[in-house]
Amino acid sequence: MSDNPFSTRNITQESALSTNKVLRNTYALLSVTLIFSAVMAMVSTMANIGYGASLACSFGALALIWFVLPRTANSGAGIAVVFAFTGLLGFGLGPILNHYLSMANGGELIATAMGGTAIIFLALSGYALTTQRDFSFLGGFLFAGVIVVVLASIAGIFLQMPGLWLAINAAVILVFSGFILFDTSRIINGGETNYILATTGIFLSIYNIFTSLLHLIGFAND
Amino acid sequence: MSGLEIGYLVLAVAILIFLIPRAKHWLSNSPKAEQGDWQAFLFPIALVVLFVAGLMWLVSR
Repeated sequence: MSDNPFSTRNITQESALSTNKVLRNTYALLSVTLIFSAVMAMVSTMANIGYGASLACSFGALALIWFVLPRTANSGAGIAVVFAFTGLLGFGLGPILNHYLSMANGGELIATAMGGTAIIFLALSGYALTTQRDFSFLGGFLFAGVIVVVLASIAGIFLQMPGLWLAINAAVILVFSGFILFDTSRIINGGETNYILATTGIFLSIYNIFTSLLHLIGFAND
Repeated sequence: MSGLEIGYLVLAVAILIFLIPRAKHWLSNSPKAEQGDWQAFLFPIALVVLFVAGLMWLVSR
């Protein structure tokens, strides 16, 4: 190692170490929050909460990510906020899971959706990590895609067309698959240095892919 | 329209208000794609499409 602390090699090594640290911390926090969210989903399933409570959880999670997380992301309190955010989203899954659990093979459908989500996440993360490609060019495209999906969901509330919901769920899987590539490549290429924000982004992608995949599999089962 | 549907509508509008400034930021600040970038993105996405279609086919059998 060079004695000069500002040599190119030292800076590159430092940058690689920092990237590895962000990646390691992100995956560690992500795995713990996923377990926590699953536990909260189990609790809400057993408590048999209604869709109103689920909606309140979604509002709470949105408020946390909008107003609280930006102020706490650089402190230890940010970790508590991520747990609250993921816990609320997990708790809000109760009515959806109960709907599928009431079917004859509902448990099997949920397990298939969980396994499918895990395969998609691991494959896309592995792809972004091995290719080391910078997918940050996707930013505008992906955010525009989410806006289109939300607008289509608003239309879906009024139109009540099963075909439209199917298309929305398929689009959600594609857009959030893109977000997994985008978020992972931003960590690798130094675009995201805060593991709390990185965890929140990847968690949201996994959550959305899981719920949409469950709806698509449920539809195929019918 | 039920109270729950109004709630979902309000949530969707709130999500839009949250997303629009972020989308504007990324639309104006995203780096331009280089040669091969779109192919590198579309290849895994096509695999995801095939995987999801396969899962749906397996479940429907």
